[in-house]
Amino acid sequence: MSAEMLVSLLLTTMTAATPLLLAALGELVVERAGVLNLGVEGMMLTGAVSGFAIMSLTGNPALAILTAVAAGALLAAIFGFLVLSLMSNQVATGLALTIFGTGLSALIGTGFTGRPVPGLAKLPVPVLSAIPLVGRLFDQDALVYLAIVAVAAIAWFLKSTRGGLVLRAVGEADLSAHSIGYPVLRIRFLAILFGGAMAGLGGAYLSLAYTPMWVENMTAGRGWIALAIVVFAAWRPWRAAGGAYLFGGITVLQLYLQGSGLLPIPPQLLSMLPYLGTILVLTLISSGPFRARFSPPACLGKPFRPPT
Amino acid sequence: MRILVEPRRQPSRRLWTLTPILALVLTMAIATALFAALGYDAADSFMAFFVSPLTDLTGLTELAVKGAPLLMIAAGLAMAFRAGVSNIGAEGQLIMGAVAGGGVALAFWEQSGPWILPLMALAGIGGGMAWAAIPAFLRVRFAVSEILTSLMLTYVADLFLNLLVYGPWRDPDGMNFPQSRLFNDDETLGILVDGTRLHTGTLVALVLALAVWVVMTRSLLGFRIRTVGASAAAARYAGFGNDRVIWFTLLASGGLAGLAGLFEVAGPIGQIIPQITPGYGFTAIIVAFLGRLHPLGIVPAALVVALSYIGGENAQVLVGLPKAVTGVVQGLLLFILLASDFLVRYRLRLARRAGAAA
Amino acid sequence: MRAMSPIPSIKPAPRLEARGITKRFGALAANEAIDFAVEPGEIHALLGENGAGKSTLVKILYGLLQADEGEMLWNGRETRIASPRAARALGIGMVFQHFSLFEAMSVLENVALGLDRPGPGLAERVRDVSRTYSLPLDPDRMVSTLSIGERQRIEIVRCLLQSPRLLILDEPTSVLTPQEADALFGTLRLLAADGCAILYISHKLDEIRALCDRATILRGGKVVGRCVPAETPVRQMAQMMIGSGLRDAVAKTTRPAGAVRLKVQGLDLPPATLHGTALRDIGFELRAGEILGIAGVAGNGQGELQQALSGERPVRQADAVMIDAVPAGDRDAAWRRRRGLCCVPEERNGHAAVPEFSLIDNAFLTAHDRADLVSRGLVRRDRARALTRRIIADCDVRAAGPDAAAATLSGGNLQKFILGRELAQDPAVLVVAQPTWGVDTNAAAAIHQALVGLAEAGGAVVVISQDLDELLMLSDRIAVLQGGTLSATLPTDGLSSEHLGLLMGGAGAAAAP
Repeated sequence: MSAEMLVSLLLTTMTAATPLLLAALGELVVERAGVLNLGVEGMMLTGAVSGFAIMSLTGNPALAILTAVAAGALLAAIFGFLVLSLMSNQVATGLALTIFGTGLSALIGTGFTGRPVPGLAKLPVPVLSAIPLVGRLFDQDALVYLAIVAVAAIAWFLKSTRGGLVLRAVGEADLSAHSIGYPVLRIRFLAILFGGAMAGLGGAYLSLAYTPMWVENMTAGRGWIALAIVVFAAWRPWRAAGGAYLFGGITVLQLYLQGSGLLPIPPQLLSMLPYLGTILVLTLISSGPFRARFSPPACLGKPFRPPT
Repeated sequence: MRILVEPRRQPSRRLWTLTPILALVLTMAIATALFAALGYDAADSFMAFFVSPLTDLTGLTELAVKGAPLLMIAAGLAMAFRAGVSNIGAEGQLIMGAVAGGGVALAFWEQSGPWILPLMALAGIGGGMAWAAIPAFLRVRFAVSEILTSLMLTYVADLFLNLLVYGPWRDPDGMNFPQSRLFNDDETLGILVDGTRLHTGTLVALVLALAVWVVMTRSLLGFRIRTVGASAAAARYAGFGNDRVIWFTLLASGGLAGLAGLFEVAGPIGQIIPQITPGYGFTAIIVAFLGRLHPLGIVPAALVVALSYIGGENAQVLVGLPKAVTGVVQGLLLFILLASDFLVRYRLRLARRAGAAA
Repeated sequence: MRAMSPIPSIKPAPRLEARGITKRFGALAANEAIDFAVEPGEIHALLGENGAGKSTLVKILYGLLQADEGEMLWNGRETRIASPRAARALGIGMVFQHFSLFEAMSVLENVALGLDRPGPGLAERVRDVSRTYSLPLDPDRMVSTLSIGERQRIEIVRCLLQSPRLLILDEPTSVLTPQEADALFGTLRLLAADGCAILYISHKLDEIRALCDRATILRGGKVVGRCVPAETPVRQMAQMMIGSGLRDAVAKTTRPAGAVRLKVQGLDLPPATLHGTALRDIGFELRAGEILGIAGVAGNGQGELQQALSGERPVRQADAVMIDAVPAGDRDAAWRRRRGLCCVPEERNGHAAVPEFSLIDNAFLTAHDRADLVSRGLVRRDRARALTRRIIADCDVRAAGPDAAAATLSGGNLQKFILGRELAQDPAVLVVAQPTWGVDTNAAAAIHQALVGLAEAGGAVVVISQDLDELLMLSDRIAVLQGGTLSATLPTDGLSSEHLGLLMGGAGAAAAP
């Protein structure tokens, strides 16, 4: 394999990882606040289609991305209202969100299937992008950079800011946080909105940059893989980045093997890799020596109602 | 004045039964408003979606044909959910049941005899069980949450089916279409009403739902399942073998989904094709919740959700509604149902604003 | 600390005065027209039984609940406490009974979360305060690695960092050894001497007599009396607290000890959770007619021991637990119950009973085998209903009927029901954990009577409790569980609570008689 090729693989890995990373980072913040939102897939799809629709109608990429973010957050708000105000079961409500989002995106997308749009513009990083060979890694669209900046920003927020401390506290012991006087439900609602916005952004990356078009169900389970990445990352942002790149890499490797014809393996078997890889990783981290270091936020998935 | 929310001392039994109906009515109203908002005539689309499928024999039998797999899967899922086991991979278990049972049909395609169909059914159950056994094993042995594993396996099952249909199982005389041979007469389910697709599998589905009802409401096993779901600690204290309950409910729900999958390929479809389910495994989750996880409640619930499929197709033909509205209506239904549950557990009361209250 | 500058001739206004505080939940008045005042430098007791309305009142004072009626005066000026933040801004600090701590976070993070403006150099200030009031605390430790006593120190230090003018403590000694409680009293006296007002919530009469200057007594949500504890006989305070019909504690009887019914030897158990306690080499013997008390501070392995004995967590060696000389260590709870070992765990809701299940289902939960409620895999509902009725009648359980959900019963009634259910199975061995936790005095007396009754009828009883008075009253012998190991059993006669306290604090060698 030539160096050129390796850089190409890295490049495609970055693009394949970006939607996973964006969605996973959002869910990570949500889960750190103690809420499990299984609706990532639905929010991603809705973000993907609404961003695509606006791009196709206006040609304005910034507006398209903002719309996707807003669409994701809007769906998340429905989820937030149900699980926080009405204390519905988080697993069931998340599933409902995925079913609803999948249907809604197909409905919105009915008129847009098959229409082409221009992909997001590349923004070369000065100096770095001029380096021979690896320079291409620094000539990407804004969302790829944004995803990496978001990792650093979220890691910093959770670790070093008061807001991050309070968010973690709410996910760790909601009752304690309440009795000290923190507004548990409001903090969780904000986290849920953020998670929806990031999922919408991840969806927009798929329909505007990764493959600039709209196809029904185009996320193909990426929302679920994003959820798995959060577990894999033990709820830590930098590890989520590693996880997203690992899963992105598996996807790319499968495409590469398929295209190269090096291995006489049916393409479907290779396409199974990301899903089987997820199961394997979940198994490795759920028990044994890893488990202690990977414990989830203590209140994850539990409903909270201020006691009287 | 303001609205006070007070927890009920005991969940309201009456509302527990009534809110699914309320949710259905609300969903119909919102869906009709949505059709109108999309620029379709409200009355026409309402009739096409919710009413006209119920007015002729074809529509009614189709309701049963689509309701049967939903009913079987939801009966299994109701047991799993009652045990607190979130099996959301029934779609994959359905596919593997169709693959295993259909594989038997293809293996004996030149044979005949009444033994083939039962053998196919057994293989179908086995296929679904085997697929559900993976998350069961991982949950019991390694404490891996079944939510993600069962779901990931759905994608794997779909790819596996695809691999077979595009590969070894492709019909040699089928002009290279991605589909298997047609099953022979001994390999397909009998038709109950001539001129319709109503097959014997629908009766089996009803009988199985009744069997699940007996298990869940009358037997020690059902009590153990309910206890494990309500409180794992209490179940362990009672000595109810929590791991065995997890195994049982996953295998049972997987087996029922697998049988539903086999009934699809041995019934309405008659061969193996890449798309054997319009998402029955997922929408059965809605059926299970709409039927209150009660084996008898899910019978009408399965028909309601089946109506959303048929109504969607009907409305597409009659008024040109996009087919995707089916998914939206299904999602809405589950949302509204989950929201209405609040009324079961809490009482709303109007009260005069208290002096010192915030 | 800032010196107070009292103005001699004028009596200063109370630090906090509550007038006519009323709080209703639906039809129930949790607090009704409550008046009381706490003076600067005073340690004031709020005395009452479980359910007397203490917790509600405390939540109102700390801004977690809002009163429906009444007013509050802070240093003589009317005020409204809208939130815990507002309470802290006034200078009110609160030490919760169920701590408001975050297990997976450091001491420092926990302290910071309780301060509205943590500011720089927090770690240093934590060390300062913990030195001044001798409350040793390492800011960098994870809370999950700390003992209960150490955790309480975090709560106290967190309050002290805000220089409180009123400190509220809710049942602070319920989780402490006698020695730790004495140390806490020292700290509180030091604080009071600095002019801080202290509101001390408890139902333990002895410690109120030892510590508090004045007491306000609550019953059924109302103030029923005020007294100077040091000058009031205990019996009189108890009467005010409980009202009429104070039942006498069970009289100690001597019972002949019979054959060994339960034998535990070399029992090891790894912790169930990340922050749990491992059991190491537990061993004891229990004979028919005996009551064995297991003392210890919460979090030293009580839950694990209960689960190891009941069979909820079996072990590999069968002979680690022997019921009537039959090895049972590797058997589950259902098997052990068939052999006659029944159990009442500490947590009523979601362990001993399923809150949303009816009483019939909750009776069936454990009694289905020994009470013959299953036939050919099917539930015999009529028999289950009859059994439930019998338990309700025999144990004087106040419930709407056998179909009422367990969650609708009060703590004391549910506990009586659960104990009744286990006794209905005619147990050879009964393991009970915290039998009277959160139960009113009369129900507690009934429960104690039932346990003694079982022993007199030839049953063997293990009582795991943090209440030393309860254990000293009930048990023939007592052993102390500390850090997951069990001391030798000591005859209760001639045993002092000081001696037990030393063992509970881990000073085993020093306490050896």
